[in-house]
Amino acid sequence: MHNGKRMTIEKIWQSLATVTDPEIPVLTIIDLGIVKNVEINDGTATLTITPTYTGCPAMDMISMQIKMALLEIGFKSVNILTVLSPAWTTDWITEAGKQKLNEYGIAPPNKKFVIASDGVTCPQCNSNNTKLISEFGSTACKALMQCNDCKEPFDYFKCY
Amino acid sequence: MNQPVLDQIDLTTKPLPLLLHLADSALIISQKQSEWCGHGPVLEQDIAITNLSLDLLGQARNFYQYAATIINNENIDEDKLAYHRDDRAFNNFVICELPNGDWAQTILRLYFFSTYQQLLFNQLIKVADSQIAAIAQKSLKETNYHVRWSTDWVMRLGDGTDESKQRLINAFNNIWIHVREFFEPTNYELAAADDGIYYNTALLKEKWLNQIQQDFETATLDLDLTIPTHWTGLNGKQGIHTEHLGFILAEMQHLQRVHPNAQW
Repeated sequence: MHNGKRMTIEKIWQSLATVTDPEIPVLTIIDLGIVKNVEINDGTATLTITPTYTGCPAMDMISMQIKMALLEIGFKSVNILTVLSPAWTTDWITEAGKQKLNEYGIAPPNKKFVIASDGVTCPQCNSNNTKLISEFGSTACKALMQCNDCKEPFDYFKCY
Repeated sequence: MNQPVLDQIDLTTKPLPLLLHLADSALIISQKQSEWCGHGPVLEQDIAITNLSLDLLGQARNFYQYAATIINNENIDEDKLAYHRDDRAFNNFVICELPNGDWAQTILRLYFFSTYQQLLFNQLIKVADSQIAAIAQKSLKETNYHVRWSTDWVMRLGDGTDESKQRLINAFNNIWIHVREFFEPTNYELAAADDGIYYNTALLKEKWLNQIQQDFETATLDLDLTIPTHWTGLNGKQGIHTEHLGFILAEMQHLQRVHPNAQW
């Protein structure tokens, strides 16, 4: 690949790092790990992305935001391919992404709690003395928890 | 009547009837269950049932999008397939279009349906059609949740109070007859095997009944699990529906029929 093209692809990745999830605005789509590939052919940028949840209403909005972001750096022609396989998993959320979630007040997915249950670490006070209130929280991807120590309710981003 | 744009498309070409069946069942049960939004027994369960419905809507979208890819006509997309077909063109299971009834009936329907879907998707992830396998793989992650949640509720209601148990039994009497459709393969399901989409309904039936029997035992429900075979005049997978589907479509499709191609 010649140098110019590589630099342009680099620029696209940088631009994608500004696109955030509309429902969890601290996470970029890079943190979420949904961008699988970026290519340029004859001035058209082709992105391969994989949806998080099948019914997630954020996905349509994310596609639109990607197009806007790439338009800003001069790409009028953007092709977004959605692939389902391999299926997205919370394992693809980057470490930086998990940390941002925690700072934002959402407990990040934790392999010890594949099924949401009591004991997920409270993002407010770090206590493990917590209880599950509901397996479904404010969005399909989160469960609702409460801390028994600081009493704060919080969301847990479920393993998926 | 179907909108003219769909009249020119042959939706009977395989594997389209099967894709529409998979999409329609998910869409219609999703639409039905979403009526609980704002009416759930407690807030957490209201959120749960609507989130599950959203998953099912996502499944429907994936199957419709795949069908639209196969149709390969610039005027046909997922919305056209969902909003511009009439009840006779819908291939969903009748059980999906039945009224929600009370909480017990909504739960029991989802429990029967998602347990079926879980077994079905476990077969579909192995088929030669890679897009179907991918959709099944993706959907399965969510269906596993649906099964767990609805099974929990069947236990709670069945092994709960006299009233909760009675309500579950009433629900069973209302909807059991319709589970037969899960296991009566249509010609288009059999024919889809040639296109690399094969599943074994006899195996589905055996595993499904075993699962229901086990769960009902835990839920202390002693019910006759013989699948009825008498004639009902209904055949959802072939487009022969109850009147309930017409009302669902009237509400769901109204806007797109009056203002075709309207956008948010």
